Amino acid sequence: MVYKKRLDGRKWDELRPMEAKVGVVPNADGSASFKIGKTWAIAAVYGPRELFPKFKQDPKKGVLRCFYSMMPFSGSGERIRPGANRRAQEIAMVMANALGPVVDLSAFPNAVVDVFVDLPQTDAGTRCAAISAASMALAQAGIPMKDMISSVAVGKVDDKIATDLDYKEEHIEEFNPDSKTASVSDIPVAMIHNTKEITLLQMDGEISKEDLMKAIEAATVAVDKVYEVQRQALKEKFAKE
Amino acid sequence: MIINKETIMVLAAEGKRLDGRGLLDYRQPINIEMNISWTAEGSAKVQLGETVVMAGVKMNIEKPYNDTPEEGGIMINAELLPLSSSEYEPGPPGEKAIELARVIDRGIRESKALDLKKLCIQPGEKAWFVTIDIMSINDAGNLLDAAGLAALAALKSAHFPVVDSVTGAIDYKQKTDKSLPLTKEALPVTIHKVNGKLMIDPTLEEEKSSEARLTVASDQKGIISALQKGGREPLTSEEISQILDVAIEKARFLRSVLNRYLK
Repeated sequence: MVYKKRLDGRKWDELRPMEAKVGVVPNADGSASFKIGKTWAIAAVYGPRELFPKFKQDPKKGVLRCFYSMMPFSGSGERIRPGANRRAQEIAMVMANALGPVVDLSAFPNAVVDVFVDLPQTDAGTRCAAISAASMALAQAGIPMKDMISSVAVGKVDDKIATDLDYKEEHIEEFNPDSKTASVSDIPVAMIHNTKEITLLQMDGEISKEDLMKAIEAATVAVDKVYEVQRQALKEKFAKE
Repeated sequence: MIINKETIMVLAAEGKRLDGRGLLDYRQPINIEMNISWTAEGSAKVQLGETVVMAGVKMNIEKPYNDTPEEGGIMINAELLPLSSSEYEPGPPGEKAIELARVIDRGIRESKALDLKKLCIQPGEKAWFVTIDIMSINDAGNLLDAAGLAALAALKSAHFPVVDSVTGAIDYKQKTDKSLPLTKEALPVTIHKVNGKLMIDPTLEEEKSSEARLTVASDQKGIISALQKGGREPLTSEEISQILDVAIEKARFLRSVLNRYLK
């Protein structure tokens, strides 16, 4: 009753194929598209611009705001009703916390930098894809940043530590006949590239302390692979200009 | 945004435009990508110059309405994403998004482009209901024509999901090879009046210089299935006659572009 081989044939530490492009929304000050497997996030940054309502302004520094939204046809089941829901609001909040530590808005008092992320299709790992896309969009917008943020989900599927779980692995009991009683823990992680400090850490499921530390170790390696894709995409954009 | 309203008006009077196009030319490139979203039953991304729109089709089974027990249904929703322009804010759809969705809805519904009777599974009990969600990705003007094209392309690319014959549950992860019963191909074209001249496919700043506009949806045979006049200024019946000719011709042009991507 163990998970011997990943459903899609990947190695335990292997991420799904990634694709990134910078500057996909010409109207925005910065934008990026990030695909990992069948999960696709498009991010656009507007600002610094004046923040309304005024009472939300910070006279000392600018405010970073994030918005996360799955398109109504992007879920693997029925149509999703458009509009903010509790899940989207929570993800938007943890996104702002994940990106905030590298973003310096002290030069923009009373202003806001808005990050909008919309997803045309999803297959798990959406908040991580959203954060990775947003980090590229902020960089293209020229927002002062001390480093990049790269994000990926790790977890434990049955008895194995795995990187970048997809939908089927998150629901392993449904898709793998040998794992009917399997438990899955899904751990989205975001890290600052150079210091490997953690800016996003959440979990669904159960895990022991030892396994959690192993999973974080796996994430440390995996985020570098995401970073490489982000860096290439930014380089391509600026090479063109 | 800086709007060169004066210049746009003066140029229009001479039959010219800031970007060098003729008054009745669409921007290039016109790109259509089909099936961009694996989670949708059908989807498309349309690029018209710098304007980019996505549309996705989802289907579900519901009880037909009491007054049409032998028909399924169609619903169209549009979201002007704050991602796509600094002018759009998060929140429920505003009047521009609602107008866009309703005009495209009428174009498809009134032309009976989708045979709603064929969507019926069991009269009075079960029928397919189709929802098209239109998402703006970059609004660089003329969202409506791009959205109409995206909606039709998404409908054309759609395939019914598999239904479990015992439980009746829909398995959205598997698609059948059955397409939607599309009988016509109505497409909306919006014609603007700028300084007395007719103009199509305006950029954002041209849109802001428009005095009046008329959106006309028409099918292959030139039958008109939706009209929507907008803007402050009135239109004469002579102007409307000219507009209809342009709209029918340009809808044929857009349809030929779409058909190239379908092959």
